[in-house]
Amino acid sequence: MSSIRSITAATLVKDIRLEWRSRDAINSMLFFSLLVVVIFSFSFDPNAEESRQIAGGLIWVAFLFAAVVALNQTWARELRNQVLDAYRVSPAPASALFIAKALGNFILVSLLEALMAPLFVIFYNLRALGPAWQLIPVAILGTWALVVNGTFFAAMSIRTRSREIMLPLLLFPISIPAVQSMVEATRVILTGDASARFWIVLLLTYDVVFTTACLALFDTILQAE
Amino acid sequence: MTDANISPSLPLIAVRRLIKQFGRFAALRGVTADFDAGKFHVILGDNGAGKTTLLRALAGLAHPTRGTISILGKNPQAACREIGYMAHSSLLYDEMSGMENLRYFARLYDIAGDERCEYVIRSVALDPKLSRPVGKYSQGMRQRISLARAILHDPQILLLDEPFSNVDINSARDIVSLLKAMRDSGKTIFLVTHQASLLQGAGDEFIWMQTGQIVDRTSDLLRDGMRGEGT
Repeated sequence: MSSIRSITAATLVKDIRLEWRSRDAINSMLFFSLLVVVIFSFSFDPNAEESRQIAGGLIWVAFLFAAVVALNQTWARELRNQVLDAYRVSPAPASALFIAKALGNFILVSLLEALMAPLFVIFYNLRALGPAWQLIPVAILGTWALVVNGTFFAAMSIRTRSREIMLPLLLFPISIPAVQSMVEATRVILTGDASARFWIVLLLTYDVVFTTACLALFDTILQAE
Repeated sequence: MTDANISPSLPLIAVRRLIKQFGRFAALRGVTADFDAGKFHVILGDNGAGKTTLLRALAGLAHPTRGTISILGKNPQAACREIGYMAHSSLLYDEMSGMENLRYFARLYDIAGDERCEYVIRSVALDPKLSRPVGKYSQGMRQRISLARAILHDPQILLLDEPFSNVDINSARDIVSLLKAMRDSGKTIFLVTHQASLLQGAGDEFIWMQTGQIVDRTSDLLRDGMRGEGT
């Protein structure tokens, strides 16, 4: 167990160091999200009530699309110089690599959300009428739902020729329940119409099921030729 | 000659009727061979002969379509702590220094501290304090640090794919000397190369491959007077 923990920590630190030096993923994600915020704010001119209705969908779809950029980068750097083979020939467990990659993506996407959320609030004049603190568990569970499946499907598609198209094709359909939960939870919190409890529990269940499934199947994906 | 030189004692590596297919193409076609411990095996053959596929199969990276590989009585994945693998690519992160790379790979083998990393970097005649990222190393330095990564966990078996490619003659001779010293200390080495002449006098056995099969095993580089440099 301590070995899994130390390998996970070492892989996570290594990935953060590589991202810090290249800034490939974070720059692309920030630029993309910024474009979405600005273009949509000029395209629509919603009043405060309309903003509360549409903001959930807008925010989460922007983060989902931006996350795909980071998810593709995660494994692309493992393919350069075939570094993934060095992991495959080592006794290190596949689960440690998967958890580290998912955590790395979670940190990146969370950072993006922390930077972009204030811009969404300003551009769309957002003010929650429901319990705003509930947006925190929605963001945490929702982000994990995106990155855990995204990390898994990105690993699955790395050896395909058109992996940048393949990832959204695999990821988006399976993320529909999670995205719907995130959007609905955000909407009911912003409008104060109802409780977000059902959607938060649904997100939690989704996270548990898919994290377990991804962990169980990742070794097969890693060892595939 | 696929059933070559079967040792009466338990071999270190036993390969039986190994077939590896990629779609319809068979890269290995029923390879059967035993390999003894403490020997320097040089694998030779033309492009597409199956050398790299055999090495990847021994490393556990290419799963046999049919047949078996036994390393110390285990399958390659189970024997991974005894195997060091150096591929044609560097298997290193270009953005990190040699020491940073080795520190990371050391963790995968539960090796704590920097002592072992520094030792293997020095053993390939590089400086552990070199802070330049590996991407900015010369090709020779990259091959050396790649070799350092392969020997980091002190494996019994070393699988080396083209370690001399793009390396100048002096660096290549240095690598051969290092490998000879490792063989003398009891390691078993498998080396795939097209520069066989560098290993004249160093290799214990020359394994000749052709169209996915081992066609000959000789103790000398000259085979029926037919082959030599550039094979």
